[in-house]
Amino acid sequence: MTVKLTVNSQVHDVDAEPDTPLLWVLRDLLGMVGTKYGCGVAQCGACTVHLDGTPVRSCVTSLSRAASRQVTTIEGVGADPVGARVQEAWKAVDVPQCGYCQAGQIMSATALLHAAPRPTDEEIDAAMNGNLCRCATYLRIRKAIKAASGQVEA
Amino acid sequence: MDARMIDRVPTDLSRRLFLRAGAAAGGGLLLSFGLPGLGRAADETLGGPFEAFVRIAPDGLVTIAAKRPEIGQGIKTSMPMLIAEELDVDWAKVRIEQSPIDAKVFGEQSAGGSTSTPDDWEPMRQVGATGRAMLIAAAAQRWKVPAVGLTTEPGFVVDRAGGRRASYAELAQAAAALPAPDPKTLVLKDPKTYRIIGKAQRQSDTPAIVEGKPLYGIDVRVPGMLYATFLKAPVFAAKVAKVDLAPAKAVKGVRHAFVVDGGSELEGLLGGVVVVADTWWAARKGRNALEVTWAEHPTSAQGSASFAAKAAELHGQPPHRNVRTVGDPKAALAGAAKVVQADYSYPFNAHATLEPQNCTASFKDGKVEIWAPAQNPEDGRELVAKTLGIKPEDITIHFTRSGGGFGRRLMNDFMVEAAWISKVVGAPVKLLWTREDDMQHDFYRPAGWHRLSAGLDAKGEVVAWRNHFVSFGEGERFVRAAGMNATQFPYGAVPNYALDVSVMPLGVPTGWLRAPGNNAYGFVLQGFTDEVAHAAGEDPVAFRRRLLGEPRLIGEPGKGDSFHTGRMRGVLDLVAEKSGWGRALPKGVGLGVACHYSHRGYVAVVMEVAVSEGQVKVRKAWAAVDVGSQIVNPNGAEQQVQGSVLDGIGSTLGQAITIENGAVTQSNFGDFPLLRLADAPEVEVHFRITDNPPTGLGEPALPPSPAALVNAIFAATGKRIRSLPIGDQLA
Ligand code: FES
Ligand code: FES
Repeated sequence: MTVKLTVNSQVHDVDAEPDTPLLWVLRDLLGMVGTKYGCGVAQCGACTVHLDGTPVRSCVTSLSRAASRQVTTIEGVGADPVGARVQEAWKAVDVPQCGYCQAGQIMSATALLHAAPRPTDEEIDAAMNGNLCRCATYLRIRKAIKAASGQVEA
Repeated sequence: MDARMIDRVPTDLSRRLFLRAGAAAGGGLLLSFGLPGLGRAADETLGGPFEAFVRIAPDGLVTIAAKRPEIGQGIKTSMPMLIAEELDVDWAKVRIEQSPIDAKVFGEQSAGGSTSTPDDWEPMRQVGATGRAMLIAAAAQRWKVPAVGLTTEPGFVVDRAGGRRASYAELAQAAAALPAPDPKTLVLKDPKTYRIIGKAQRQSDTPAIVEGKPLYGIDVRVPGMLYATFLKAPVFAAKVAKVDLAPAKAVKGVRHAFVVDGGSELEGLLGGVVVVADTWWAARKGRNALEVTWAEHPTSAQGSASFAAKAAELHGQPPHRNVRTVGDPKAALAGAAKVVQADYSYPFNAHATLEPQNCTASFKDGKVEIWAPAQNPEDGRELVAKTLGIKPEDITIHFTRSGGGFGRRLMNDFMVEAAWISKVVGAPVKLLWTREDDMQHDFYRPAGWHRLSAGLDAKGEVVAWRNHFVSFGEGERFVRAAGMNATQFPYGAVPNYALDVSVMPLGVPTGWLRAPGNNAYGFVLQGFTDEVAHAAGEDPVAFRRRLLGEPRLIGEPGKGDSFHTGRMRGVLDLVAEKSGWGRALPKGVGLGVACHYSHRGYVAVVMEVAVSEGQVKVRKAWAAVDVGSQIVNPNGAEQQVQGSVLDGIGSTLGQAITIENGAVTQSNFGDFPLLRLADAPEVEVHFRITDNPPTGLGEPALPPSPAALVNAIFAATGKRIRSLPIGDQLA
C-alpha cells in the first residue's frame, strides 16, 4: 500500500503496511539512517523524531499515524533555527562519546527549547530523562542545552 | 584470565617498526610503517585504499589515518593528534579517515584493555616525525643547504637563515622519492613545545554525529542488501528441535527462513532460526510468526540462585586451590587482636551497548566482505574463516564506528552470523539483533563471591588479609574474564596475605566488560577496606594512607600488575583535598572514598550521597587520576573519566543479569536500567601529572566508582552494601 509521508518538508511515496513503525520506514525504505534503533519499545529515546514539532518515539509510531503530519528527523532539524542552535551547542560542547544516542537527544532537546526557551534544571530533567545514554554523556547534554538557550557559555 | 585484555604489557612497537614512504597515487607523500617480515616489497607502489598513516596531497590536504576502531573512547582523534603533532601540521586542516584493516601496514588494530595510548604513544609520534624529517630533507635538497639548519612551522619547512619557506604540499612529491630515515635518528619534540597534544581537541566525528550522518555498523547499506534477524535459543547453544517455517515465509517481504544448526562453542555460530526480508521490520514480523521448540540442553537447569547457593557451599569448604600466599595468614588471623570478616558478591552484568550488535556481510564466489562495528576484527576473521571454511585472506573487513563497545565487540559472534547468512541466501545481508537478542546473548561480566578476612593487631595495623574467591571454571581454568590476579592491593602491603580460589562450572557466555575483573574487585576490595578502616577506628582516607605506606613499587618494574603506592597516595591526597574530605555534613548525607589501580591508571574517587526514605541520590563525585606524564586530549580524557564514574554509579544502583532455567530473564531497558540524566551527578575531574609513560583512560576510572558510592552510603546511613546491585537494599 502506498502512503504519502512528509519528512523534513519533502513528500515521499512509501510502499509499506500502515502498521510499520516510522523508524523502519525512515531507515530501511527512505534510507534516512540518522534516526537510531535502541530498544524498539519506547524505553531508550534513540529513535526520537518530531511529529508536527512534538517529540515521539518512532519505533512505536505507525506509518499511518505519521502520514498526515510533518515528520522532522535529525537530518532535517537544522532547518529549524532552534534545532540548528542545539546542533551548534552540541558541537561546541562536544557532547558525544560513542554518539549513538545523540540524534535522539538532540531531537528531545530541540522540542524542549521550543516549549521552554530557558529551561530550568528540573525542566531539563523532565524532558530528557527518557533519552538514555549508555556512555553517560549527561553532564555535557545538560551543559549544551543551557548553552543553546543562552544560559551558559559553550 | 586472558592476560591480553587485562593490564596487557605494551609491546614496544617502536623498536620493531620500519617506516615506509612512497608516492601517493595522485601525487604527494604517503607514509606508513609495518612490522619487519610482514611488509610488502619496499618498492611496491602504494595506492588504492588509504593504506598509509599519512597522506600529503599536492594541494596541501593532510589526511591522517586512525588505525583503531572508534567505540566512543576518542581514539579516532587522539592517535591522529600524536602523528599531527610530530609532523607539525595545522590541526584545523587535518582530515581524519578510518584506516582499512591491514596488519601489514597498521599492526595491532583492536580496541581493548586501555592499551591504545601506551602502545601507540611512541610509534605514532615516530610516524609523524618521519614525515617531518623527510619534508625537511626534501627542502634541504631543493635549497642545497644542510637539513640541520632547517626547521618547521605548521605545514611549512622554514629556512630562517635563508629567509625562505616551502609548504609541505610543494615538497611532498620530492619527499616521497627519498628513503625513510632510520627511526633511531628521529628526534621527537620537547613536550613543552606541543601545539596539538595536551590541548583540548574536539572529537573528529562530532559534526557528522550531530548532523545524523551514517557512521555506524547499523547504518551500512550495500546494493542489493537484504535484512536479517536471527532467533537463537534462550538457553545458550540449545538447538532447534522443531519449527514450521511457513508462517514466517507467508509474511509479505520475507524472502528466506531457515534453520541454522550451529555448534556448541558459545563464541561461534549457534543454533537458531534466521528470517531474511526486504526490510528488517518484515524479517522481524516473520520471526514473530514462528513457534520454535528448542531441544533439551545440559545447561537448562542452571540459574543465578543455584550459583549463589553453590558459592555459599564452597565458602564453607576448604578452597580448591591457593593462588598466592605470603607469610602465614592463618596463624596471623588466629593471633590477631581483631578480625573483620565479610562476604561480598556481584551479579552477571551486560554491556548493553546502545547500538545493538549487527553486521553486514556480502558473500560471493568463496570470498566475503564484511562491515562490522568490531573492537577486535582480526579474531573475527579467524572465526569466519574457520566456520565458513574459507581462507582468511579471502575475507575483507571494514571498520565502522561503534555505538558503544565496553568490551562487547571484542567478541565476533555477530560477524560469523552475518557471513553465514549471506552465504546461505547468496546476497548481501545486514544482520541486526533486537535489543532483546542483545540483552540475552551477551558475553556477560561473570558473577563472583568473595569471603574476606582481615586481621588487625592491637595498634590497628593490618597483619593479615585473606580472600576466598568463588568463581566459574574447571580445575585450574577460569571461564573467560572470571579469573583474579593475585597482585590486587593490599598484596605486598600486608605481611600475611592469601588469595584462594574455588570454582564451579558455567554454561553462560562470559567476556570482558569495561575494566574487566577490576569493575568488580574495586567494589569488593575498596568496600572491605572501608570496613577494616572503621574496625580500626580510623578515618577511611587516613587508613588508606597508612595502608599504602612509603612510596614504593610493589611488583616488577614495567609490569602491568605492578603497583606504585606513591602514585596512589598522590591521587588519594588530591581527591581528598578537592572534595573537602572531613567536612561536616548534615544527617543522611555522607562522603565515601575509594582508590583502585587498573590498566596502568591510578584513580581515586570521592562521592557525596544523600539517602532519604530508602532512596540514594549521588550529589557530586570527584575523581583524581594519574595516567602519567601527558594527557593527550584533555577533552576526551574528561569524557572518559566522567563516563566511567557515571557508568560505575549506573551499574551499582540497579544492573544485574539473572539466569533462570538456563536463560537470561532481563530483556530490555525496562528491567535492565541504565543511569538517567536526572540521576547523573556532576563529576569533577582532576589529573595528577607524574613522570611516567602516558597510559589509557577508557577503563581505570570505573573500578573505584562503585566502592566510593557504597562507602558513602555507609557514611550517610551506617548501612553496608556488600552485594550488588543496591536495588532496594536501602528500603
Ligand atoms: S528505539 Fe525507540 S525508544 Fe528505543
Ligand atoms: S554517546 Fe554513546 S550512547 Fe550516548
